[in-house]
Amino acid sequence: MTALLRGSALVRSYGPTPALRGVDIDVGEGEIVAVTGPSGCGKSTLLHCLSAILRVDSGQVCYRDQDLGDWSEAARSKLRRTRFGVLFQFGQLVSELTAAENVALPLLLAGSGRREARRTALYWLERFGVGALADKRPGEMSGGQQQRCAVARAMATEPEVLFADEPTGALDVLSGEQVLAEILHEARAQHMAVVLVTHEARIAAYADREVMLRDGVVDPSGLGLKVTR
Amino acid sequence: MSTPHVLLGLLAAGPRHGYDLKKAHDERLPQAKPLAYGQVYATLGRLERDGLVEQTGHDQEAGPERTSYALTEAGRAQLDEWLSQVEAPAPYVTSTLFSKVVVSLLAADVDRASDYLTAQRAAHLQRMRELTAVKTRRGTPVGDVVAADYAIAHLDADLQWLQTTQVRVADLHRVVHP
Repeated sequence: MTALLRGSALVRSYGPTPALRGVDIDVGEGEIVAVTGPSGCGKSTLLHCLSAILRVDSGQVCYRDQDLGDWSEAARSKLRRTRFGVLFQFGQLVSELTAAENVALPLLLAGSGRREARRTALYWLERFGVGALADKRPGEMSGGQQQRCAVARAMATEPEVLFADEPTGALDVLSGEQVLAEILHEARAQHMAVVLVTHEARIAAYADREVMLRDGVVDPSGLGLKVTR
Repeated sequence: MSTPHVLLGLLAAGPRHGYDLKKAHDERLPQAKPLAYGQVYATLGRLERDGLVEQTGHDQEAGPERTSYALTEAGRAQLDEWLSQVEAPAPYVTSTLFSKVVVSLLAADVDRASDYLTAQRAAHLQRMRELTAVKTRRGTPVGDVVAADYAIAHLDADLQWLQTTQVRVADLHRVVHP
């Protein structure tokens, strides 16, 4: 499998504090990869570097074999708007806009017409079970409903890669798992790759495989020991 | 839990007699049911019959005669094999997992215990992945979903334990080898 996204020897520090100390990671097309590890292990930083939000200090992030380090800020920003979708623990919806306007926003930024953007937004809100809330503002919704809107917004541009940082962290166990199952069902149907950051094994079990970080490096896992059955 | 393997592990540091083994077992594995003397001697008998331990001597200081046992080469190999196998991920295997960590520390070192924990974690997560796939498949009967939820919750508890033990393994080593 050729990697859609490849991070090689990624190093990133915040001032004197190293967050990534040489991480290698591949994400194939349509692959769902969980990035796990304890708090402070560097998993959110890795997600920000892979999704072209942060630049690395050294190492390479390649998207379709192109080194994103060589890209201008404008080109990276366009890539994020058109090919990447990002979903955080708290939906980060714009509180002054309605659900439909929130979902339409990235489509408008990507050049869709107003009517087309609204139609697509309504489709995705419906798809994630919050179609009836299209004209409500975030303040009028529950946390779970807001998160569903955020999911609709992240999916509406039909990205090639969805980056999700603890996407169920703000929800109760059952709602969280339902939302996640719906996201991944949709991702698989569209052959969308997903980088899923989580500290919970239960959530990581939704992915095809796991990359575990510890202190800014990949923790080798599964040493080929036999399982007794 | 596998009493024969735990006894082999306790003999890894050198010969001991049955009374000593029972005491060491109950002290090192406080969560396990205390071993009865009869069980210790019966197990030693079977291990001797299978060539995994051998008698190394008798001593009698103010009491009944005591026979010391030592690991044979075959016994050490058998122990090594046990420590190299991860347990089939299933609910309620924690006490075996715990025994394996302690015996790894007794018979080997922190790296051995840590490698075991890492491999066991991978096996547990793989099983959880399989159960999650069953659970999220469209059309899975709700009874199967509920059963998968149950198994996942228990595996998740074990996984959390495996992760925290990975962090504590060096401390545990200092207790096991004072």
